[in-house]
Amino acid sequence: MGDAMLELRELSKLYATGNGVVRALDRISLVQSPGEFVSIVGPSGCGKSTLLMLAAGLVGASAGQVLVQGRAVTGPRTDVGIVFQSPVLLEWRTALGNVMLQAEARGLPRRAAEARARELLAQVGLAGFEQKYPHELSGGMRQRVSICRALIHAPQHLLMDEPFGALDSLTRDQLVLDIQHMWQARERAMTVTFITHSVQEAVFLSDRVVVMTPRPGRIDQVMEIDLPRPRTLAMREQPPFNAYCRQVLDLFLQRGVLREH
Amino acid sequence: MAEDALLRLEAVLLTARRRLEWRRRLATVLAPSVAVLVLLLFWEYGARLFAIPPYLLPGPQVVLASMRENAAALWTQGLVTTWEIVLGFALSVAVGLPLALAIFLWQPFARAVYPLMIASQAMPKVAVAPLFLVWFGFGLLPKVLIGFLICFFPIVINTVMGLHGIEREKIYLAQSMGLGSAATFFKIRLPNALPAIFGGLKIAITLAVVGAVVGEFVGGDAGLGYLLITANGNMDTALLFAGIVCLTVIGVVLFLLVELAERLLLPRHAVGGGAARDAA
Ligand SMILES: Nc1ncnc2c1ncn2[C@@H]1O[C@H](COP(=O)(O)OP(=O)(O)OP(=O)(O)O)[C@@H](O)[C@H]1O
Ligand SMILES: [Mg+2]
Repeated sequence: MGDAMLELRELSKLYATGNGVVRALDRISLVQSPGEFVSIVGPSGCGKSTLLMLAAGLVGASAGQVLVQGRAVTGPRTDVGIVFQSPVLLEWRTALGNVMLQAEARGLPRRAAEARARELLAQVGLAGFEQKYPHELSGGMRQRVSICRALIHAPQHLLMDEPFGALDSLTRDQLVLDIQHMWQARERAMTVTFITHSVQEAVFLSDRVVVMTPRPGRIDQVMEIDLPRPRTLAMREQPPFNAYCRQVLDLFLQRGVLREH
Repeated sequence: MAEDALLRLEAVLLTARRRLEWRRRLATVLAPSVAVLVLLLFWEYGARLFAIPPYLLPGPQVVLASMRENAAALWTQGLVTTWEIVLGFALSVAVGLPLALAIFLWQPFARAVYPLMIASQAMPKVAVAPLFLVWFGFGLLPKVLIGFLICFFPIVINTVMGLHGIEREKIYLAQSMGLGSAATFFKIRLPNALPAIFGGLKIAITLAVVGAVVGEFVGGDAGLGYLLITANGNMDTALLFAGIVCLTVIGVVLFLLVELAERLLLPRHAVGGGAARDAA
């Protein structure tokens, strides 16, 4: 397997707040191989976003280390594409312009980048919306633009923070399929770290699912998902898939994240 | 068939909504016009009905007559005042924006000048005007400086707040793209701050009018403020009103010009955003 793409070593994060210190993450250790698709699920507020920001080098750890391909991360990583929990689009740029921001920042050849941006937008069903401004797009469309922006430079590591959080289930299903397709098209040249609160989505997409405990976030269990690829919507109805989901839900029940009264 | 009927219904609804949209736009012009008209009528007939002497409250017709009579003076003095306003405003933009930038970029500087700036705001400008008269004489300069003193503050405050008030994720995004700090500033932070900056400019332009008139009151030999003082001395209340009307018109026109600049510069920002979303 070679070097790990991402390695988190005993990672902890404290936040100072008005009434004391909040422990957001508690000694997280995780190793992700190159090309691997790993999802992180956990209850709201358990530190998932924090974990992703640490992995991107955007926020410093209180203790522990983040390593990328064996090297310690000390500042913002630029080898990544990030999809934030909200779309974070620039209101004064069109959909295409927002995707192209990434290309401009990296000095990619303009013509080729624009062709690729249009292709990506078309792939997520936004053909014809290239010249629309964010306020003219639906919430789901905005999030799709931000996904294209995270992919245009073909990053080796894609970090996604509940990218489908605010979407209807139909759009969600489609985007989950799109993500799987784009990831498979790269033939494991892209590592994906995917945060979600949907157990189904995590099981559907991942090689491994990391389940976190309520705050302070610790890793509760890591599950290998041994289902053939590409995964299909039909699989979601079948016993092996459901068994995986069941396992995660049982864990949540045990931890008191879910209650059956 | 049913689909067809639905589509047709939809089209009818959409055109109806469009028409309503037009009506709303018309109403935004019509409603204030009617209000002004009603006010004028009240004023005219109220003044007549209660037989208020014209040196206390001349009716609109009297004011209008005075405006016509003094058209030449109002025009030349109006130009003087307009020039003072524009220069005062321009000076506060020219000084205010770099000052705001320095405050944003350099914490120690911000801490040093903030108390001074607040003091400059707390200090009543009318009280400083005589001092400026002593220093700079009766000409254009003291008026411009008073205008500057009054209106640089909202420009600086709004610009600093606009530059600071950015989602953390937008900065994270820039960092993850490897965007340098200068590029981040010009591509993301500054455009993001423009609506706030224009908010400051719009407050400033209305304050600049006050600045010019205060300057003329205290030590003027020209301008609408000077004309007001003279009219006051002559108990020419109609001319007083005429001068006020002219100042109001100047203020409103300058404000609209700043707003026009905003619309031209940021067609996609908050200004049109809400309405466009409603229409969609
Ligand atoms: N900048 C900050 N300052 C102080 N506390 C913070 C900050 N960011 C996060 N926290 C706290 O850290 C904890 C974890 O936050 P985080 O956003 O990582 O949770 P999350 O798992 O992403 O939640 P969600 O699923 O609701 O998005 C929360 O208790 C939150 O209040
Ligand atoms: Mg989160």
